[in-house]
Amino acid sequence: MSAEQGQRQIRCLVAKVGLDGHDRGAHVIARALRDAGFEVIYSGLHRSPDEVVQAAVQEDVDVLGISILSGAHNTLVPKIMDGLAEYDALDDTMVIVGGIIPDDDKAFLREEGVAEIFGPGASMDEMIDYIRANAPERR
Amino acid sequence: MTEEGSGSAPESGDDLDPLIADLLDGKHRALARTITKIENRSPGYRDLVSQLHAHTGDADVIGITGSPGAGKSTLVDKLAKTYRDAGLTVGVIAIDPASPFTGGAVLGDRIRMASNVGDMDVFFRSMSARGTLGGLSTATTDAVKALDAFGKDKIIIETVGAGQNEVDIVRTADTVAVLVPPGSGDDVQMLKAGILEIADLFVVNKADLDGADRTVTELREMLQLRDGEVRVGGGHHGFEETTVDVGGERRDATTEEGGGSAVDPWDPPIVETVANSGEGVEDFVAALDDHRSYLVESGRLETKARMRYAEEIRTLLREDARGILAEEIEARGGLDEDVEAVLRRESDPYTVAEAILEPLADCVADRRE
Repeated sequence: MSAEQGQRQIRCLVAKVGLDGHDRGAHVIARALRDAGFEVIYSGLHRSPDEVVQAAVQEDVDVLGISILSGAHNTLVPKIMDGLAEYDALDDTMVIVGGIIPDDDKAFLREEGVAEIFGPGASMDEMIDYIRANAPERR
Repeated sequence: MTEEGSGSAPESGDDLDPLIADLLDGKHRALARTITKIENRSPGYRDLVSQLHAHTGDADVIGITGSPGAGKSTLVDKLAKTYRDAGLTVGVIAIDPASPFTGGAVLGDRIRMASNVGDMDVFFRSMSARGTLGGLSTATTDAVKALDAFGKDKIIIETVGAGQNEVDIVRTADTVAVLVPPGSGDDVQMLKAGILEIADLFVVNKADLDGADRTVTELREMLQLRDGEVRVGGGHHGFEETTVDVGGERRDATTEEGGGSAVDPWDPPIVETVANSGEGVEDFVAALDDHRSYLVESGRLETKARMRYAEEIRTLLREDARGILAEEIEARGGLDEDVEAVLRRESDPYTVAEAILEPLADCVADRRE
């Protein structure tokens, strides 16, 4: 039956957390993801970890992309991961981080459960291909 | 949590799907996942929705529509906040257009939900108008059911008011509010094109801007015009009352008048708001409540539900029948040969359609006895 075939579409949340007003990058990425055929939810600026968790849980996104340029990633990202776990959303939400992350911190973030980190110079295609290949398989 | 739903046997009778059990249990994640399955038309989603149905019927569904930039999202935010302050739980479905080329979409309504951040009892869900399959209105109806079964008191559907698709969506609501920004005759033109009929109330948002008064006047004139068409010769319209006065007095006036046209004695009120500052939101809520009690008292609520379910069944049947036809065409090896014959003028589209449909129709007729 045609109605049972289903039409899966990758959903992404592009989130800006904390006191960081630089959203040009997030805008560019949101557009690129849209043009790649994804459904993109943009959080807006200055979101708290709780708000990001709320959005990720309710929207049931496959991918949560956190953009942080403030340097507070070691504090904010674990809070988000904990929140996702609280709502049973950690296992099937792929979290990726974009921004300026020192090499030393990258290992820590990966330990926290971040799937991939994209720094300055990462290309859009690289990111889109990564999401297509790794978006969590559901059901 | 990850394997939920996958192991459920669709024909397991009364057994609740674990996902639905979790949803009824109040788990946000289960609600979110159910809506995802509905949106994706995942295998088995129909059984999920069937199981939901028994638990629905308690929520009050409000549709909000209007041209882009009319202030829908901001007003929805304030509305949700007002309901939350009154101790009610709220579900919001915000629908944004999707690109017809890539299917991609940026769903931005969430940004405006500033008054309700961190409040999990406002369940906000963005949907893109992605679907051609089965139609967006079906998915919206089903998503509303999920929110209803979850136990939300108020469910708000927000959509851009352009096109038949959106009109269909807001039809699934009990009460439809149409937002009109001031100062543009074009919007009033848009209303003429059909949205006028579906509005249970009008909101002139951004009422602090120049031209708001004029928009209100224009709207009222148009409503009067419509009124005149229905009740020819009746010169006693109750429209001289102020726009925000949507209380009992006004309804009394309309009920008296209602003797003339027994069909729908509801006159859409016009409310002025400034969603940014929250001004007029109380009046808006009062108008919504007013319409709600009108629906309940007049029995329209049940009539509407009856019509809606009939329409829902018809839509599903159309969808399924289309599926059966697609299978049949597939089984015949596609339409290529028939098309070729039509092209050579050896046959024509009507004959071909009849030939394909005939065995199916015979089958159905046989079974009917």
